[in-house]
Amino acid sequence: MALEFPKDKWSGSVQEVVIGATAADGGTRATTVTVGGETTMPFIHFEAETPNRPVLALEIKDFRPDDWSALLLDFWGEAANDPGAWAKAAEEAGADMLLLSLSLTDPDGNPNTPEAAEKAAKAVLESSGLPLLVYGPGQAELDNELLVPVANACAGERVVLGICEDKNYRTLVATAMANGHLVVGRAPMDVNLSKQLNILIKDAGLPMDRVLMDPTTGALGYGIEYGFSVMERLRLAALRGDVMTQSPMAVSVGFETWKTKESKVGEDVPETWGDWEERAISWETITAITLIEAGADIVILRHPESLKRVRAAVDNLITAPELA
Amino acid sequence: MAISGIQIYKLLPKTNCKDCGFPTCMAFALKLAAKQVELSACPHVSEEAQAQLAASSEPPVRLITLESDGSKLEVGNEVVLFRHEKTFYNKPGFFFLVKDSEDPGAITEKVKEIDAFVVNYVGIDLAVDGFAVKSEGDGAAFAAAVEAVRAGSKRPLILIGDDPAVLADGLAKLEGEKPLIGTANPENWEAFADLAIANKASLVVTAGSLEELADLTPKIKDKGLADLVLDPQVTAFNDGLAKHTILRRMALAKNFRPFGFPIIAYPSQAATPEAEVALATQAVTKYAGFVVMENFAPETLYGLLVLRENIYTDPQKPIQVQPGVYEINQPTPDAPVMVTTNFSITYFSVANEIESSGQPGFLLVADAEGMSVLTAWAAGNFDAEQIAKDVKKFGVEEKINHKSIILPGHVAVLSGELEEELPGWEIKVGPRESVDLPAYLKQVA
Repeated sequence: MALEFPKDKWSGSVQEVVIGATAADGGTRATTVTVGGETTMPFIHFEAETPNRPVLALEIKDFRPDDWSALLLDFWGEAANDPGAWAKAAEEAGADMLLLSLSLTDPDGNPNTPEAAEKAAKAVLESSGLPLLVYGPGQAELDNELLVPVANACAGERVVLGICEDKNYRTLVATAMANGHLVVGRAPMDVNLSKQLNILIKDAGLPMDRVLMDPTTGALGYGIEYGFSVMERLRLAALRGDVMTQSPMAVSVGFETWKTKESKVGEDVPETWGDWEERAISWETITAITLIEAGADIVILRHPESLKRVRAAVDNLITAPELA
Repeated sequence: MAISGIQIYKLLPKTNCKDCGFPTCMAFALKLAAKQVELSACPHVSEEAQAQLAASSEPPVRLITLESDGSKLEVGNEVVLFRHEKTFYNKPGFFFLVKDSEDPGAITEKVKEIDAFVVNYVGIDLAVDGFAVKSEGDGAAFAAAVEAVRAGSKRPLILIGDDPAVLADGLAKLEGEKPLIGTANPENWEAFADLAIANKASLVVTAGSLEELADLTPKIKDKGLADLVLDPQVTAFNDGLAKHTILRRMALAKNFRPFGFPIIAYPSQAATPEAEVALATQAVTKYAGFVVMENFAPETLYGLLVLRENIYTDPQKPIQVQPGVYEINQPTPDAPVMVTTNFSITYFSVANEIESSGQPGFLLVADAEGMSVLTAWAAGNFDAEQIAKDVKKFGVEEKINHKSIILPGHVAVLSGELEEELPGWEIKVGPRESVDLPAYLKQVA
C-alpha cells in the first residue's frame, strides 16, 4: 500500500535570530549562531527542512559560585575562579555559545558592582570568540545596574541581555536598542504571559529579530511537564501564525536541574538514587533532550559531559532520516 | 471510527431528561463525541445504541494488556498527539532485556536485582514493568532462560525471537499468563499469529518499511488476532521521531486502522549506555508504548521513570496534596512554622527536607490551587491574604506558643504584606530552594 505521510500545513514560522557579531558586522566574535526559522514541529523533516540546529551553550559565572554543586566546581577546577579562563575552558569543552551569569554578591558577600560586571564581561569577550549571553542576578534593580554598563562595554557584539520580566524589561530593552544587542524575556510557564511580555518588548521598540523567550521550564521531576507543554503550545501557536509567540526559545536547563536535590547532593540520599555524578548528568541530559523535543532553540547547560551527550542527539535529530 | 455528535444524538433517547447532568441530549452527545464524558452517564440509553456506540468508539490506539502472576500492564488507548490536548493515558512499560545466551544463574541474579529496584518519587513507588527475553539459540536454551527470569521476577514478559517453534518452548513455561511475543514479519507472520492466538499473547509486528507494515497488520487482524504492537525498526533519534510521529498521527488524525496499535521501542540497541538513556528519553516523550532497555543503572533509570511519571501526568489535574498543617518529626509548640503551597512536587520536596533535617516543625500547606510557589505567586493564588487565611483556617495559632512563620525565599516580597495581614507575627524569610532548608533550620534552631 502506498502511504501518504500526514503532513501538517502551517502558515507561520519561528522568527530567525542571529546572535553575536563578527568583525564584518562591527563585533569581535569569531563565530555567530543563528536560531529559529522552523516551519514545522521539532525535526519533522518529512514536512520541511529544519533550517537551524538547536544551539548548546555553557553557563559560566563572574565569581566562583560556591553554591553550585561540588560536581561542577570539581570539574571546572581553577578555571571557575576567573571568568576569562572559564570562558576559554567552556569553549574548549565544545560550547556553541556562552552564558555569563552575573552574581548577586562577590565571594566576600559584598553586593556585585557595575565595574566588576563590566570587567568580567570584557574578560570573557577577550578570551573566547563565541557569541555571548549575559544574565543579571535576577533582582530587577541590580540587574539594571549591572547590565547597562555591560551592554555599553560590549556595544556592537549582538550580546543577548537577560532576563527581561514584566517589571524590568524597559531598561534592558533600551540599553539593547542603544548598543545593538538582543534580549531574552522570561515568563512563568504560561503561553499568554510569554506572549504579553513579547508585546511589551516589541512596544518598547525592539525589533522581533532581536528577541528570545524563556518560557521557564522546570527540571525533570520538578515541573518539567508544565514547561514541556507550554513550549509545545508556544511552537504550535507560532506555526499557526501568532506573531508574538514566534521568538526562538532559550531554556536554562543547567540552572533548573543543578538546583534539584538529585543533582546537588551526593550524601544522605536514598540508595536507589544510584551514583551521584551519573545521576546529575543524566538529570541534565534527560531534561535537555525532553525540552529539545518540545522545541527548544537554545539550551543552556552547566556540565560539559551533558553537552556532549545532548550534542550527539542533536547531531542526529538535525539530519533528515531515510524513511523507507 | 470516530463519529460526530449528531450521529451519537440519533442513538440517544432524545428526551432531554437531564439525568446525565447535561441540559439536553444534544449537549450530552457533543460531550460524548469530544470523549469528555462516558456513555454510562445516561441511564436510559438502549442496549442496541450501546453496542453501536461501543463499536464506533473503538480507541484509535488499541489497548494492549500484559498479564502475569499478580501483575498487569495496560498500554495504548491514547487519543492525542500532544499531552495538553487532553492527556497521555497509559504509561509506556519499561522492560529489561536478557538473552538466552547468558548463563541462567546470571540471568536470575540480574533479574532479581532489577525486579527489586523501587524508587520513591513524590510519594509514588516507581519500578520497572517486566523483562524481555531474547532468543539467540535453540528451544531448550530459550525455555531455560524464561525459567531463569521467572526465578527472579513475576513481572510480565516479552518473548522475542525469529523462530516461532523456539518461542513456543518458552511460552510453555508461562502457563496462564498473557505475554507479548515477537517478532512477526511479512514472511513468518502466519506461524507467529497462530502461536499468539494459541497462547493468548499479543504480537509484535515489524516490516522493512511503514508501507509494508500497513499491509501486514490487516492480514493478521483478518486471521483473528487484534492485539498487535508495532515495531517500526528505529535505528536512531531522527528516524525514531519521524516514524513514531507518522504512526501516531495516522492512527489519530486519519483514523488509519492498520497503525492503530501501541509502538515498541528498543533503546537497548544503542551503542552506549549514555545513548540508550537519550533514546529512551525520546521514546517516553514521543509515543512509545513499550521501552526495552539493556543497561540497568539506578542513577539513570530513576530519571527515566520520573520523566515517564511527569509526561503522563494529566495536565488538567496537577497532583495536589490536601491543604492543612502537617506535623513533621513530632513538633512541640515551640517548633518553627514553615509555609508552602499544595502542589505535590513542592510539598514533597519541602516535607522531605524537613524530615531528613531531623528538626521538628509545622508545615502549613496553603491552598494555592495545586501550583508551585512561584507559579502560584504569579497567578495570585499564593499571596499574603491567602497565607493569613490558611493560618487562621487551620488553627496554626492553637498549635504553637510563638508567633513566627517562615516564608519561602522566592516570595520574600510578601513579608511586608503578611505582617499587615497577621498583626503581631514575626515574618521570617527562608531559603529559596527546599534543598537548603536543613542548613537554614539548623541556623534558626
